[in-house]
Amino acid sequence: MNFNYNRRTVRYLAIVCMLLLTTCSQRKGGIIIAGSTSVQPFIERVAERFTEENPGIQVNVQGGGSTAGIQATFNNICHIGVSSRNLKGSEKALHEFLIAVDGIAIIVHKDNPIDDLTIEQIQGIFAGTYKDWSELGGESGEIIPVTREEGSGTRGAFEDMVMGDQIISDACLVQDSNGAVREIIATTPQGIGYISVGLVDEREKALAIDGVKPTLANLLSSQYGFTRPFLLLLLEEPSGKVKKFIEFALSKKGQDILKSDGLISVTEIGKY
Amino acid sequence: MTFRIGPRTSQIIAYIILLLMTIITIIVLFFIIGYVFKNGFAQLSLEFLFDKTREMGKEGGILPSIIGTLFVTVLAVIIATPLGVGSAVYLVEYTGGGLLRRIISFGADCLAGVPSIIFGLFGFIFFVIQLKLGWSILSGSLTLAVMIIPTIIRTSEEAIKAVPLSYREISYSLGGGKLDTIWKVVLPTSLPGILTGVILGIGRAIGETAAVIFTAGSSLGMPTSVFSSTRTLAVHFYILAREGISMEKAYGTATVLIIIILFVNFVAYRLMHRFMERYY
Amino acid sequence: MKDKIAEKLLLFIAFSAIGSLLLITFFIFQQGIPLIFKIGLSNFFSMHWSPTRGQFGILSMIIGSLMVTVGALIVGIPFGLACAIYLAEFSSKMVQKTLKPIIELLAGIPSVVYGFIGIVILVPFIRTHFGGPGFSVLASSIILGIMILPTIVSISYDSLVAVPNTYREGSYALGATKWQTVVKLLIPAARSGIVAGIILGMGRAIGETMAVIMVAGNALKIPHSILDSVRTLTSTIALELGYATGDHRAALFACGAFLFIIITILNIIAIRVTGHRE
Repeated sequence: MNFNYNRRTVRYLAIVCMLLLTTCSQRKGGIIIAGSTSVQPFIERVAERFTEENPGIQVNVQGGGSTAGIQATFNNICHIGVSSRNLKGSEKALHEFLIAVDGIAIIVHKDNPIDDLTIEQIQGIFAGTYKDWSELGGESGEIIPVTREEGSGTRGAFEDMVMGDQIISDACLVQDSNGAVREIIATTPQGIGYISVGLVDEREKALAIDGVKPTLANLLSSQYGFTRPFLLLLLEEPSGKVKKFIEFALSKKGQDILKSDGLISVTEIGKY
Repeated sequence: MTFRIGPRTSQIIAYIILLLMTIITIIVLFFIIGYVFKNGFAQLSLEFLFDKTREMGKEGGILPSIIGTLFVTVLAVIIATPLGVGSAVYLVEYTGGGLLRRIISFGADCLAGVPSIIFGLFGFIFFVIQLKLGWSILSGSLTLAVMIIPTIIRTSEEAIKAVPLSYREISYSLGGGKLDTIWKVVLPTSLPGILTGVILGIGRAIGETAAVIFTAGSSLGMPTSVFSSTRTLAVHFYILAREGISMEKAYGTATVLIIIILFVNFVAYRLMHRFMERYY
Repeated sequence: MKDKIAEKLLLFIAFSAIGSLLLITFFIFQQGIPLIFKIGLSNFFSMHWSPTRGQFGILSMIIGSLMVTVGALIVGIPFGLACAIYLAEFSSKMVQKTLKPIIELLAGIPSVVYGFIGIVILVPFIRTHFGGPGFSVLASSIILGIMILPTIVSISYDSLVAVPNTYREGSYALGATKWQTVVKLLIPAARSGIVAGIILGMGRAIGETMAVIMVAGNALKIPHSILDSVRTLTSTIALELGYATGDHRAALFACGAFLFIIITILNIIAIRVTGHRE
């Protein structure tokens, strides 16, 4: 068996060289954004438009959840962290930029006859005190609550604003992104979960809480008070391409993109 | 009256049950692939394969993921193969059957079975954060490389061990030195076995999700360098499917992924057969 | 002279490779073990995993992983052995040559695809026909069982085929049927290989992450029935890895170390049982 090693080795080395050449040319030329899965789809859209206007700057968006994004910012593995909840404790050392406000919607399967729940009922469902839909006036069937993982900004906001002192039960199913929760609720007739208002689509139903539906009007007037900030976070003062991005997100163009997706722009909500 | 089943009857019953269970198994396995292909083939257009990803994956194609998967896998193999094969050569040719060799072989065996999420955990903390490589093709490749090195060491070791002693002796008697013997006799002979291991490693790396999502990240942009983050095909499929972003695109991505893996495994199988037929 | 350089170079390469493997092992243990000492063994093996409140008890997850693995074996062993026996003893050479590679090729299907099929087909089916959320121990066991089938089939087949024909001929000469031969002679003779295959399949089931996250529901509570949702050790690592810091992160490494030890023990048993590596 005659192998021509020289040819083989040369080809090997050629591939390695090619790879090295392509790599050396563009090291860290882009902006890395990481964090909340609630904000991710919106930031992706803003990033797409941003790259159209600034072709040299590539934007990479990762998910992971709000706390993961905050940690990533501290660890300097991303340029901009994204959070869908307020910062707590030592996290406040980061520079924050509010880009939008979003509501949290309680969602159920679209065939679920219930339209409206009180806060106490919602607390009871997720704490595990209510176990059957018939206890709440619905059709009999086991309630299947779905929650987010502990590091989720959405969960953090939900716990602060809705659960209060009650603790989310260990029996709840756990998923690690808004989309995954939405998927389960859309296909599980007895399910109930919470996701970003901006992400609700026609496959599930958003409940009214204490009689108030999460419509845009109610969100703007603060009648539906379950809202949380979408924050861009930086380790240091913004500069260069990162500054450009934040300015773009806060500009009319950027805010229009966010508004068209169902979020509330920074100009509209009074209390922030 | 006691009722006894005679040996002939029990054999027939056993045969039927075994056949049925085998058929069920084959049907289930084929169903899984068939279901994905059935829904996914419709997606396979030139557009899908060569377009950029848009709208979080709802629109556009999967080119960035294909390129990303290629980069990550090729780089992982480039790193892992010399290290794995070289170690195997050293273990077989230079250490004899001693204790050291047995310890190292055992270690390689153990690590070959370690769950991929643990490599993901290691890769995320060590490569992404501590070495500051960030979410990148480089982090992903390094993690995958460490994951497949044990497999390559194992299969290469078997392949090299299988080269008959007589081959080496003839080479020495003709005046060849150790290096010459290894390079010109042992390696070429064991090549099919070594390649099988490498290709199996490739197959594993391509389908890997847990280790890659935490190290290479999940960015949808076209990767421009080894420091770019990328979303490999397996990761892209996982995200599309779980979040219900686009079921059609998910099936399409899975179809492409499975076709690539089946092809790679098929090549490995043929190679392994060639290797076996040579000696057995 | 060239030889000396080559030898040194190869030594260096081997060191690097072995070094990287050692690095991983030490890294995991070095990050994880201090936490176990910090909170104490009894706390580590307690029921409650609640990182935000400083509780790092992995017992409920160990039980989860165990339930799902045992379930996978219940699904995988009968079908796996049945296929192996059928292929090895009751089918023609041609059937063997076509079916075995096909089953092995299917071992390469990524776990996320299995998980996806689980979500789309199995979970709704279980929910409608058996009740519960559908995301359950049952769903995980079935999916994992299917995933470890190729491993069990492959290794059991190889073990059966390796039994010398003289065994079979002797048995037939004494008037036994094929099936009697299989049950009373061949399976016991191939026992060590079959057990090794099962143990390796078990290792794969314990270590599987993605497919399980997709179909198990990930609720922390210990399941009371196979229709309840379940959380495994691997799922916890994957779900919390992105944001864990400090003690929480160390606890995840401790989980990793625990998994590592369990799988190593399984590997040792498999090697002991076969007497050689598979």
